[in-house]
Order: sequence, then structure tokens, then C-alpha cells
Amino acid sequence: MKNILKYTFAVLAVGFVSCEPEFDSPVTDDGFYSSGTANLSKYVSVGNSLTAGYADGALYITGQENSYPNIMAEQFMFAGGGEFSQPLMNDNMGGLLLGGTQITENRFVLAVDANGNPGPVRLEGTPTTDISNKLSGSFNNMGVPGAKSFHLVAPGYGNVAGVPTGAANPYFARFASSENATVIGDAVAQNPTFFSLWIGNNDILSYATSGGAGVDQTGNFDPSTYGGNDITDPNVFASVYSQQVDALTASGAKGVLVNIPEVTSIPYFTTVPTNAIPLDATTAAQLNAQFAAYNTQILPGLAALGVITPEEAALRMINFSAGQNFPIMTDDDLTDLTTILQGAPFSLPPQLAALLGQLRQVKSDDLIVLIASSELGTTPDPNNPQGVIGITIPLRDGLVLSTTEQARITAASTAYNATIQALAGAKGLAFVDAKAALARVANGGVVYDGGVLTSQFVTGGAFSLDGVHPTPRGYAYTANLIIQAINDTYDATIPMVHIGNYATITVTNN
Amino acid sequence: MKKVLLLAVFALASAVTYAGGYRVSLQGNKALAMGHTGVAVVNSSESVFFNPAALVYLEDKFSISAGVHGVFSNIAYQDTETGANARTDSPVGTPLYLYASYQATDWLAFGLGVYTPYGSSVEYEDDWAGSHLVNNIDLQAIYIQPTVSFKINDKLSFGGGPIYVTGSVNFNRNLNRTLTDLDGNRSNVTIDASGVSNWGWVASAMVNLTDDLHIGATYRSEIILDAEDGTAEFENIPNSPLTPFENTSIKASLPMPAEMTVGMSYDFCESWTFAFDYNRTFWDVYNSLDIDFANEAIPDSKNARNYKNASIYRFGMQYDATKMFTLRAGYYFDESPVREGYFAPETPRNDSNNFTAGLTVNLGEHLQIDASFLYSHFKEVDASYNYYFENGVAVPFKGTYKTNAFVPGLGLTYKL
Repeated sequence: MKNILKYTFAVLAVGFVSCEPEFDSPVTDDGFYSSGTANLSKYVSVGNSLTAGYADGALYITGQENSYPNIMAEQFMFAGGGEFSQPLMNDNMGGLLLGGTQITENRFVLAVDANGNPGPVRLEGTPTTDISNKLSGSFNNMGVPGAKSFHLVAPGYGNVAGVPTGAANPYFARFASSENATVIGDAVAQNPTFFSLWIGNNDILSYATSGGAGVDQTGNFDPSTYGGNDITDPNVFASVYSQQVDALTASGAKGVLVNIPEVTSIPYFTTVPTNAIPLDATTAAQLNAQFAAYNTQILPGLAALGVITPEEAALRMINFSAGQNFPIMTDDDLTDLTTILQGAPFSLPPQLAALLGQLRQVKSDDLIVLIASSELGTTPDPNNPQGVIGITIPLRDGLVLSTTEQARITAASTAYNATIQALAGAKGLAFVDAKAALARVANGGVVYDGGVLTSQFVTGGAFSLDGVHPTPRGYAYTANLIIQAINDTYDATIPMVHIGNYATITVTNN
Repeated sequence: MKKVLLLAVFALASAVTYAGGYRVSLQGNKALAMGHTGVAVVNSSESVFFNPAALVYLEDKFSISAGVHGVFSNIAYQDTETGANARTDSPVGTPLYLYASYQATDWLAFGLGVYTPYGSSVEYEDDWAGSHLVNNIDLQAIYIQPTVSFKINDKLSFGGGPIYVTGSVNFNRNLNRTLTDLDGNRSNVTIDASGVSNWGWVASAMVNLTDDLHIGATYRSEIILDAEDGTAEFENIPNSPLTPFENTSIKASLPMPAEMTVGMSYDFCESWTFAFDYNRTFWDVYNSLDIDFANEAIPDSKNARNYKNASIYRFGMQYDATKMFTLRAGYYFDESPVREGYFAPETPRNDSNNFTAGLTVNLGEHLQIDASFLYSHFKEVDASYNYYFENGVAVPFKGTYKTNAFVPGLGLTYKL
């Protein structure tokens, strides 16, 4: 009897397993979703850290799995998309090794300190991704963290021997097809039927994150002479960018171009308030007394002598009051008065002259960078409690992005974006206005299933703990924007994702 | 007959509701083959479940029936907005039953039943789109029911008895839509409680209006399974004071709702029987599935269900074809207790149309083989569960569901 039962059920089991319930129109059927006039069978993404899935100050596996190209490729699968491979890191630590020596830092995680306060810290441990271990094969995701527009066409950018000198990129060195390969060459060699190109962010971003420490190279057409924190000349950008688009579209591939967001949309520049210095009335009065002669005699005097303009004199006035105050800072765009102040009629001692040389107070429309929060208000010399950064010691110029510096960035990025949009129009490619989309996140936020996505640091959901790169949820938002543009341009119906299903920051204690 | 059936079906189909629950109507191969009717059928010791009052009218001194059903159920899910899709890979359920009856005197009979009227076994792929609601669930409840049946006269009898229930539940789901450990493994919790028991009762009556026309009524009480020392096991939790999920004990209650059945059977043309049962299941007791974690750092889990009472309309036919074969067929319409907006994927059942057939093979005077087959047809349904919250914001889980079930069954009856 037991055997009869057993065999009966065995036979029935075979029969009924095949009786799966079928939808009238299953989403998995060919044709339920359409790629329209685009062919998604071979998708290659080209770009920088944003395309690679970089987050929390590092590249690591789970970040890469949530890169916007990978999210898009998963959705492309519903509309004829093929496999999508990425040069995955070896771990979720994120740091890179070169010949066993760590050359980039591990990722940030949100940790709780001994006082119960959560904050970003670097994940401890030794990473295992050594860039001298070359990956084999080609990769659909050609996002290279750190790449600027002109790097994509630079031979040798993936030569591991050039990494220590900064001539090559450690991430590209892992998977470049040869020592002389270019990013764009390796992308085109895969014969993509569809591509995305999002490049140019770093052409302004490194200048911005360094607080304008670099040089605005507008007018200099030779990128080989540029420093790492410089702004790329818009003509150089236009030239290499159109070269890239030409290469990617040469075989008839369709694609999507993404423009450059404003730096003021990202928490790296919007988290630290400009008036972060609390003072009581007594302290403020004492400080004002010290600057009285400077404000009322020296600055008007310099303006009268024509050394500085009356506007600059006004800009350089120092004033404190009870309550929140703007810190003092060094601004290398100001006239350097160090030498003049040591001469007649001022005859200030060298140390004081140096302090006042390019001194001003931060203004409300300056941007203080995120990492300044660990310096602002601290006393670097434990033996001198009076030496407080922001009050008696100026903030380093590299920690403040002044309005002058912001204007340079805006000028460059506006020019880049004009190039990107014009090329998209000329080539009939899909275009994504990431600048406008990110501005929406920064100004009020974007409602999704489960909340509002904002650019608030740590809690807003859009930005990872480095304050610059998105979270998986931020990348999912990006992927939806791009899919929307593809659907609109190519008459496609690729499904989007619910961004609430994508994680934000990672909590972990070391 | 066919016309009556059709009319009834159409009338019911217009009452648009969502259906489901974790009631498993598989309490006998003979009855199931007739659409799981039986409250007014005098046929076998399956009456221990269907109507204890009928036992006293059984012709045999002693009768025992045992059997098993193989439940092959499938759920398909898809969300056309995102393309997300999933299919369950649920293990084959094998609910068992055993009934014995003994005719002590002309007016008194005793019986014993062991059966499993509630249960659920659903297994989605881990981390599927609805994994924050359920990854898998296995719910079992075994009813043990000693029974007495006595007749007042040939027209009227009563029956009933206490019910002892022992149950178990194992339930796994992800903590929310996004939390993972450092390596991206989704944080999840497994709730386990077993050996949870409680008592209930059943009472019934039977009226024989004529020799051929019977009316029956059975009420089975509500039984709440209160798990006092279940366990919660957390997995893939980040190492952080911000996520204080540690293994702990839990308290939870799962109701086995009361059920009222009334029905009739009619014997005609010598070898034919028609039966009709109406079930009312009092699901409104299942208001919320709440899990109370002993560790106070872990917020209690409240999951609104808000079920409503639901009806099932059952029709069955039996034909004694030959001395050796008895043929049966049936149909029932199963109304879902799930309200709109409460469609949770752990029991995603909408209204169903159910078709049954079966036969008994008489192997001599004492032994019968009973076989049955049930096909449950669920219409494709767009539904959502709107009571999942993240940070106080409701996050509906929407999609299209298509479910079916095939249930072959086999049993033996031995009588003296």
C-alpha cells in the first residue's frame, strides 16, 4: 500500500509540476516589453566612478551590483537585453592594493561611536583586490572611477606601470585589454548595439572637492599639462566627447548621453553650514576688538591706495556677533597682502601679515566641503587653546569653494552640457538631464514608494557616505531616469524599478 | 441539475470578493470527490468530521477510513510596472486523515478522528520581490477529535465531542526591503513555534425528513493557538547597535476560525445521491498577525489581516454504478476571506472555482479503495497588500497573482 501511494504520487508529481499557472500575458514573454527601435542585446556603459557603481569612497562588489548600468541591464533583460558583465572587485572592503601595498582607502560605513553617535568611518581591514591581478575578458561596464573626459581616449591609461606616477588609472589597469588600450577603444571593440556615456563629472568635480585647489584650464588645449584638480577646457571636452560619441555610434549603435549635475546638488558641499561657529557675546566682542584696526583703518587705507578695490575691502571685513558666525578662511582669489602689510605704513609683524594676507570670512553663498567638519572648531595645537580653526586660525582654502570658484565650475559645466545636449540632438541619441534631476533631489526631494529621496547627508537616501556618490537607491533613481529617456527616444517600454527596493547606506561597526 | 449548478455559479460569481485563508478542505476522499460535501451524507466514518450525528446511522458495526491527499499548489506573481516576477516552489503538502466509528448500541455510536483542516505551505524564492512580507511559511494543525453520536429516533440524532489541536508554524521573511549585512546578504527572521496546543469542540445534528432526504448541521468551534515560547532567529544582521536584532523568544496567536456547516442530501433513482453543503467560516477572528518579541529592543511586528467571514457553496453527486464502483463528482465555490488591500502573498487566494471527481472501488465486503481528485481554479487577480510600513510610510505590495492547485487523493475504508 505504501509503495502504491509512493508511486502514485511520484507519477502525479511529474504530471502536476508542469501544470504551472500561466498569466494571460506573462511579463517574461517576448514582446511584453519592447526595446522599440533600439537593440539592447549588447549594452556597454562608458563613464567614470558613477558608471562603475562607486560609493562610500570606494568601489566594492555590492556597490557594483547596484551600479545604474547593472540595474538598467537587469531591466533590459525584459526587452531583449543580453548578459552584462562588470569588472567586479574582490571584496566589499573596497580598497585597492598594488603589489600587496594598499593604494586606495577602504569604503565608509556608518558606525556608532562610544557615545552612541552614528557617523561615517572607514571600514577596517585589509582589502584583497590587487590591481596587478589582471582580469581576463571584456566587460560591459566600462566605468572607470576617477576618469575625466580626455582620459577615455588616452592610450596607456590602463597600464599598471603608470599607476604609481598617476599616469594611469588603477581601476582601468585591472581590466584594460592591453597596456596601450583606451577605455573607449575597449568599449567599441565589444561591438555594442547600445551604449550609455556619462563622462565629464570629474573634469569639474576634482576642482570642486579640492575646494578649488586646482587651476581653471579654460584656454589651455593640452590636457597632458593639466593637474589632477584642474578644470578641463570646454573645447577639449567638446573635442574628446564628440570623438567618443563618434566611435560608439560608428557601427550604428544607439545610445544615451547623460549631462553633468551641479556640485551644489551634492551633500559634499551642502552639509556643513557656512555659519558653523557658535560664539557668546563676550567672545565675539573680544574678537571684534582684535580686528577693529584691520576693519576700520587697514582695509580702507588699502582701498584708498588702490591696492585693493573697495569691493574687496568690503569682502575682507571681519565681524563676529553673539550666535552663529561665519568662520575665517584663506581665499587664494584675494589679493595677497602679506608683503604689503609688513611695509609702511602698516608695518605689521610677518606672522600677523601672513594671517591677514588672504583672509576673509566665509560668506553665506560659499560652500564648505564635507571633510571640513572634522577640522572646523578644533584646536590643532593642544598647547594653545586659543588656536581654534575658523576663529583664530583660518580654514584652509581647500575646504571652501568660493563663489568665484563656483562660477568657474558653472561656466565649464554649462559649456560641457551644451556640447552633450547638442550631440545627443545631432546624433538622435537619448538625452538625460541629470543636472535637473539631481536638482530636484536636492531641492525638496523626489517622492518614491516609501518616502522622499533627498540629498540630505546620511539620512536623505540618495547619497552614500562619501557625500559625492549615490547610494544604490540613488543609482536606481538614475537608472529610472535613463530608462525613461530611452523609452521616450526609442519608442521602447522597458520597465523601471521601485527605488524603495534599493538600499541606502550601510551600517556596521568595526 | 446542471442548470441549477450553473445558476448557482453565476449568482456567486457576481459577488466580487477576494478569497483565501489557510483552510484546507481535504477531510476525506469520499467527501472531497463530491465537492467536499458531507454534512447530510450518511456514508462512512468520514462523518466523524463532517457530521458526528450521522455516525449513529451507519450500517456497519465498525468502520475505519484513512487517507492522504497530495497538494500540488502553485502561485505565480508578476508586477508589470517593474517586470518583477516569481513562482512558488512549494513542497507537496500531504494532509492525512483517519476516522474510526464504532456502533456501540442501536442508538449510540463512538468515533475518533484525526485530521488537518488548517495548514499552509508556501515557498517563494528567497529575496523575491515580496520577501519583506514572506519568503516561506509552513503552518500545520492536527485536530484529534473523540466523538459520540446518539439518536433520539430515526428522524433525529445528535453528535459531538471535544477537539484537541496541536499545531506548529515556521515562517521566514526579510526584515524589510533593503537591510543587508556588509556583504549584501538580506537580513531576515525565522519565526518558529511548535507543539502549540489548545482545545475546542464540535457539535452537530442530523434530521432525516424522509428515508431519502437528510438535513445536517455541524458547528466546529474557534480554536486559538497561542504560541508562548516560540523562537525568532535573525540572520545576516549588520554588526551595529542601530540594528539590535538578536535571537529571542516570541509570543504570537494564530486563530483556527470557527466553521458552521448546514446542508442536505437527497437520494434518488435508487443509485443516485445529490448533496449540498453551505460552509460559513468565521474568519473575522483573524484581525492581525502580531509577533511580540521578548527582547524589548526589537519592535513588535504587527501585520494587519482584517479577514472577513466567508462562505463556501458545495455541490456533490454520487452514483452507485455497479456493485464494485461508486462514482462521484462535485463542485464548490470558495469565497475568499481576504479584503481588498489586504492581499498578502503568504496566502494569496482569491475566490476559487473547484472541481472534484472520484470513485470508490469495493474490494469485497470489507475493503474499499477511495480515490479523489480536486482541481482549484483561481482567476488571475490584480491585488495589493497596503499595510506594510517603512518608517511610518505605507508601502503597498502590488502585483498580479495567478494560483492553481491539483490535489489527488487516495484512501482506504475498512468496515465490519
